[in-house]
Amino acid sequence: MNLRWVRHETILAGLTVIALAVLAMQSDKFFTSDNLLNQGRLMAEVGLVALAMTFVIVTGGIDLSVGSILGFTAILLGVFWKNVGLPLPLAIVFAMAFGTAAGFANGWIITRFKVPPLIATLATLALYRGLAEGISEARSVRGYPEWFYFFGQGEIFHVPVQLWLLVIAAIIASIILARTPFGRATYAIGANETAAHFSGIRVNATKLWIYGAAGLLSAMAAVVFVSRVTTTRSDMGTGLELDAITAVVLGGTSIFGGKGTIVGTVLGLILIQALKNGLALSGVKGDGTIVVIGVVLIGAILASAIFDRNRGG
Amino acid sequence: MKKLIVSLVSLALMSSASYSQSVWTGGDDQPTSPLACDATPATMAAKPYDGGEPTGAPDRAGKKITVVDIPKLIGIGYFAATTKGILDAAAELGNVDAKTDGPTKANIDEQITFIDNYITSGVDGILFAANDPVAIAPVLKKALSKGINVVGYDANSTPDARQWFVNQAQFNGIAKGLVDNMAKEIGEDGAFAIVTSTFTTPNQARWIAEMGAYAAACHPKMKWLETVEAQEDNTLSFNQATTLINKYGPELKGIFGMTSVATPASAEAVTQAKLCGKVAVVGLATPNAMKPYVKTDCVKSVVLWSPVDLGYAAMHVLRAVADGVLKPGATSVKAGKLGDLQVINGSEILLGAPYTFTKDNIDGFDF
Repeated sequence: MNLRWVRHETILAGLTVIALAVLAMQSDKFFTSDNLLNQGRLMAEVGLVALAMTFVIVTGGIDLSVGSILGFTAILLGVFWKNVGLPLPLAIVFAMAFGTAAGFANGWIITRFKVPPLIATLATLALYRGLAEGISEARSVRGYPEWFYFFGQGEIFHVPVQLWLLVIAAIIASIILARTPFGRATYAIGANETAAHFSGIRVNATKLWIYGAAGLLSAMAAVVFVSRVTTTRSDMGTGLELDAITAVVLGGTSIFGGKGTIVGTVLGLILIQALKNGLALSGVKGDGTIVVIGVVLIGAILASAIFDRNRGG
Repeated sequence: MKKLIVSLVSLALMSSASYSQSVWTGGDDQPTSPLACDATPATMAAKPYDGGEPTGAPDRAGKKITVVDIPKLIGIGYFAATTKGILDAAAELGNVDAKTDGPTKANIDEQITFIDNYITSGVDGILFAANDPVAIAPVLKKALSKGINVVGYDANSTPDARQWFVNQAQFNGIAKGLVDNMAKEIGEDGAFAIVTSTFTTPNQARWIAEMGAYAAACHPKMKWLETVEAQEDNTLSFNQATTLINKYGPELKGIFGMTSVATPASAEAVTQAKLCGKVAVVGLATPNAMKPYVKTDCVKSVVLWSPVDLGYAAMHVLRAVADGVLKPGATSVKAGKLGDLQVINGSEILLGAPYTFTKDNIDGFDF
């Protein structure tokens, strides 16, 4: 079973290398450290969310509300700072606490009332976005102090700050998922929830933490996003959930739960970002790029499914 | 009672927001300058150049340049028309290689990514229409820092993030045109609602603020009911307009469509509700989308400028900047067949007075 996961990632890694090579041949601007680091900056927000989404999907769930949590947190950050008058660091902490709470609320609804995650988070997708628009009264908050732009625009050793964040978060997430009892519980729930329950795994608590973590990472992404674009809008993060889910699924995580890895998700992220950027640089227009990404997604999943069938027999 | 509940709920939601702003929801918080109620032209104060400057731009005078145009979104009639104007001007100039690319949804993040990628690919000039004036600023400043000429049109960024901005019409001029037309159709004491894109979209927010100020001064008895957001989405605009019709019933006498998507969608909603002649639709829209409604007399006046001319002017301005002809402090610029265009507000170029399409003239336009 373990081998099979490695297989999908091997295919994906091969595909990513091929894509990078082809794109590098198409445009001499693509394979420069400047461009690659800049792409790292652009994919950090989706990346952070995709890490948490991997856990969610491994349990057999889904979280559609992450984009709305991002918007909700961003608005709270602006409102706490500008309208309530809190110092900015405190506003960041409070906003992130609310974002995390929004994630826990998802988990609570799902575990306490046994609502399917698709339905529960579809509802909170609307709810959190509505709150963001209501609270902000749809006005944007601007004029943050210069130091705040460090998270979204700064660099440490010439590498964008948010890329460090993403790398650290990815390492932590991959250790938790692959090497801890919590990670094993996550897989067990996705493989067979009832069996997991009777094996003494605290199914509900595990899920609650996972949805809470999705809220936390979405909130982190919100802070990075606001810092990168220097303004807060209530429509921030619209559609982000689909980008994150795409990366996770492309990374080989089964939508039915029970299998998937962080490495796969990271590869999926890199492949999508490389395609978006590389195709644009080689002169393919935006609408063409979306088509290519769709084809790659279907191709990767088909390839892996065929492979699986041959092995599994 | 219903209204009381609604206002209580919205009060609760916005308890922490500030109130000092536009009379109508959806307006921005900048000062307004309503025009006189009659046709007295406004006097304009001179203002020093407040645009940005590219650093280390090569000498592009007379040389072939590559230009990319990144509108708010692609695939809608309005920006197809600006693209046509840009390509017309590029063909006429002969030394410009221009193309349009952009997101398929009016999304700030995607637009920023598009611009970022084109900076990396090394273009000479960028034309843009901003989805958010502040969010787009860092990436435009990056373009300037790489020596790229940056000119905006349709929707502005913060001034120091670009060199020039081609302003399709003065906000107070459009506001006056819209409100006067509405007053003429529904009377001085009619009630109306507004369908806009989002409350923070720069143009729409500015127009609504100016409309509020102008109406307060010149049509004080007209009653504003509500402003609703509909992105720039066809279905959503239709649904929002239908909701307004059902919610306010006979009290609703008119709907303002603030985008080229919201206006035809509102007209369609009024048509389907069989309320043509009872609920007036006045708004900004492209003529082709409005022809069916104007011909059935459901819509009497459509206010707009020509987006083809707007794109055309933007391209000429960019070429003039690249050639070093248009410099800070200039008072006008030559824009091909449009002649001399006036510089206003420091670093903006005014396209001209807005245009009202009616049943009599709408067939002369095809965009």
